Amino acid sequence: MLRYTSRRILQMIPVLLGTTLLIYAMVFAMPGDPVTALFGDKPVNENVADQIRAEYNLDEPFIVQYLLFLKGIFVGDFGITFSGRPVIDIIARVFPTTIKLAFMALIIEMVLGVAVGVMAGIRKGKLFDSTVLMLSLVVIAIPTFVLGFVGQFVFGIELGWFPATARDASIGSLLMPAVVLAGVSLAYVIRLTRTSIVENLSADHVRTAKAKGLSGSRVTTVHVLRNSLIPVVTFLGADLGTLMGGAIVTEYIFAVDGVGSALYDAILRSEGTTVVSIVTLLVVVYIFANLLVDLLYAVLDPRIRYA
Amino acid sequence: MTGDANQTVDEAATAETGPLLQISDLEVGFKTQNGMVSAVRGANLSVYPGQTVAIVGESGSGKSTLAHTIVNLLPDNGRIRRGSIRFRDQEVTQFSKRRMAALRGSSIGLVPQDPMSNLNPLWRVGFQIKETLKANNIATGKAADKRVRELLAEAGLPNAEERARQFPHEFSGGMLQRSLIAMGLAARPDLLIADEPTSALDVTVQHQILNHLDGLTSELNVAVLLITHDLGLAAERAEHLAVMYKGRIVESGPALDILQDPQHPYTQRLVHSAPSLASRRLESEHQHIQVSDPSAAATETTDGATSRDAAPGATSTDTVLEAEHLVKSFPIRGDFGQKSTDFKAVDDVSFSLQRGTTMALVGESGSGKSTVAQITLRLLRPTSGRVLFDGEDISPLASKELLRLRRKVQPIFQNPYGTLDPMYSIYRTIEEPLRTHGIGNQKQRRQKIKDLLEKVAMPASTVNRYPNELSGGQRQRIAIARALALDPEVVVCDEAVSALDVLVQDQILNLLNDLQGEFGLSYLFISHDLAVVRQIADDVLVMRHGQLVEAASTDEVFGNPQQQYTRDLLESIPGGHIPLGNTA
Repeated sequence: MLRYTSRRILQMIPVLLGTTLLIYAMVFAMPGDPVTALFGDKPVNENVADQIRAEYNLDEPFIVQYLLFLKGIFVGDFGITFSGRPVIDIIARVFPTTIKLAFMALIIEMVLGVAVGVMAGIRKGKLFDSTVLMLSLVVIAIPTFVLGFVGQFVFGIELGWFPATARDASIGSLLMPAVVLAGVSLAYVIRLTRTSIVENLSADHVRTAKAKGLSGSRVTTVHVLRNSLIPVVTFLGADLGTLMGGAIVTEYIFAVDGVGSALYDAILRSEGTTVVSIVTLLVVVYIFANLLVDLLYAVLDPRIRYA
Repeated sequence: MTGDANQTVDEAATAETGPLLQISDLEVGFKTQNGMVSAVRGANLSVYPGQTVAIVGESGSGKSTLAHTIVNLLPDNGRIRRGSIRFRDQEVTQFSKRRMAALRGSSIGLVPQDPMSNLNPLWRVGFQIKETLKANNIATGKAADKRVRELLAEAGLPNAEERARQFPHEFSGGMLQRSLIAMGLAARPDLLIADEPTSALDVTVQHQILNHLDGLTSELNVAVLLITHDLGLAAERAEHLAVMYKGRIVESGPALDILQDPQHPYTQRLVHSAPSLASRRLESEHQHIQVSDPSAAATETTDGATSRDAAPGATSTDTVLEAEHLVKSFPIRGDFGQKSTDFKAVDDVSFSLQRGTTMALVGESGSGKSTVAQITLRLLRPTSGRVLFDGEDISPLASKELLRLRRKVQPIFQNPYGTLDPMYSIYRTIEEPLRTHGIGNQKQRRQKIKDLLEKVAMPASTVNRYPNELSGGQRQRIAIARALALDPEVVVCDEAVSALDVLVQDQILNLLNDLQGEFGLSYLFISHDLAVVRQIADDVLVMRHGQLVEAASTDEVFGNPQQQYTRDLLESIPGGHIPLGNTA
């Protein structure tokens, strides 16, 4: 187990090098000169522009810029933004909010998704199952921004049940964005759980469990549920990364000051260092979430042993 | 629960006279898209206390459905359409879910078919047995743990304490089956339904487990309803037989009567084709190419070198395939920090296959016989030793020459469900080898495929069908047709009939035998089933733990086995000692 974990963590190094290089190259290749853009409508002062370029190493060739950035990361320096704020400050400001939002969404997916999925699976082909199936299709079909705006308008403004925006990042104000963020994945979790339950209900060992004289509820909880959750856990773990990075639209609608908004702003300003720093952290989160899932897998399924 | 217990006591007195289980006029159907499909049609059956009754039938005959109906464990689309099932004079078809659950385990136990899939892989074996004790109010807590160990020991598992803490995947098939028997008997039921309890196991393990089950059930005076496809096994283990065919019980009565004087045509066919010790080598319609000297067929491992020296001389045209001192070892990864060790799957195996004959390779699972097959097919390379085809070493062959070898040595594998590509039509399946080897043009290939299908007794219209539309036996015929497409000289049959029902098995064996006579094919026939080997093989090699333990002609091996291990194998053939009627 230890050997497996350490090997997985070591594997992160080439993955991180690869992703940062790729993203750095993509930001570098973006059209337009970020420094020129800083002047807005005013005429460009070449002296000032050159000074800024030198300060941010923008006059160096691409690979040198990248290596300088890497060196900075190693000493804990994520660089500074064009407005002169250290990138680390931005990260410290936006990450806690997004982590909070992502975990709230994840919990909603987990609790609601698994519960509804199990009920639908057990009542396969009945009214409840068909209704859930249809509703989940509807949710998958509606784009997040529609769901977000409608939710904001109906529950935030018309009914006034929730704050319409979540600038303060409190649990209460984040609830609505979390539900919207969870929406699409929730539909997948429900369907995945349902399929898995249906499949396991007809497993040979479940019939044997019934033949032993176990009650229906015990068969379901002990012999069907645990087996069915294995694929669901895999999905949820992978989804955590998506929730963290994929909250751009939701955060924008609800004015959440999170990773998504910060990333969006940085991309608009072509701030390579900020974009790459944030994305690098997201990649780390993603890799760790996946590692956690794989380790959890071994806990759930005794057949899997890592050596 | 308590009400049930009282009734048990009341009825104990009357149990002497009436049947424990009485099924009358039972009809069970499955709801499908094409309407109701009948699985059991008007079945009648009685089981008396302490009696062992066997239901025999081929797959799809409805025997498992009948068994599952008794304890109401049919799949969701299964329905009882008519008839009654009375257990201890109570109509169980009318039972509520709760009463049914109370009946299961405590009154009627079940030992299911496939040991690999019938234990929950996520829970320890001990936990799963303990559940039975708890659910049937037999014991809880520490007492239950103790009882679990006793039950496991009783089912013949040593180190019960340690075993109870293990997970199913840490058990072998035989051990799993023993745990399932422990589970089925845990609550001391009056009736045990054993659904093909040993079909997935090696003959020797099967023999042990059935002996154990026999002992336990007669000691506890449990009635057993044994479901099996193996007539020999049924006759050996049960006093009473019921033969099931297409959902009907076509014949029932005392086991020996049915075997020696079968009335129904289906039973007669079944008895006729049951492979047992009494059967002989099949006779081919065509002239069989005789081996000049059977004793030279198998070279002893010790003097393999000398017999090889003799081989290229006088009998050079006879030996088509020869293996010399084959060794195959696989590295097993060690624990943390430890070096890997080698596992010898095949350990110094030599033999020579004569043209036009069948050499059988027998042994239990894990004995290395399939590895030998893969080496002769050059799908695996031996660690040392070599394989000669027509006197030529096959291991250095590459590209063109290898292709030529592949054309002459063709395989037929065990599982007809897994060896045909489900996306390929039968035409494409058989055409593929012809195309790969660039044989003939489209028209010639079409003709060849037509001929091949005729040879394996399949209608020409089969070409447009897909594997999933065919039965297991039909698929195996297609696999044979594909193997024969290239006019091979040697066919390696790796458990080629093991997955098939007795009657189908009989047909395929006859087909293989006729084809051998017609084309002078040589077979390397790998099987765990000695009864089948008896019917097809000229020479037998017995393998154990990767080594050859006995090599002789079939008659010698069966008539005068030299090794204890071979004798054990022969001893384990179910129903081997039962004198059959004159139908054979």
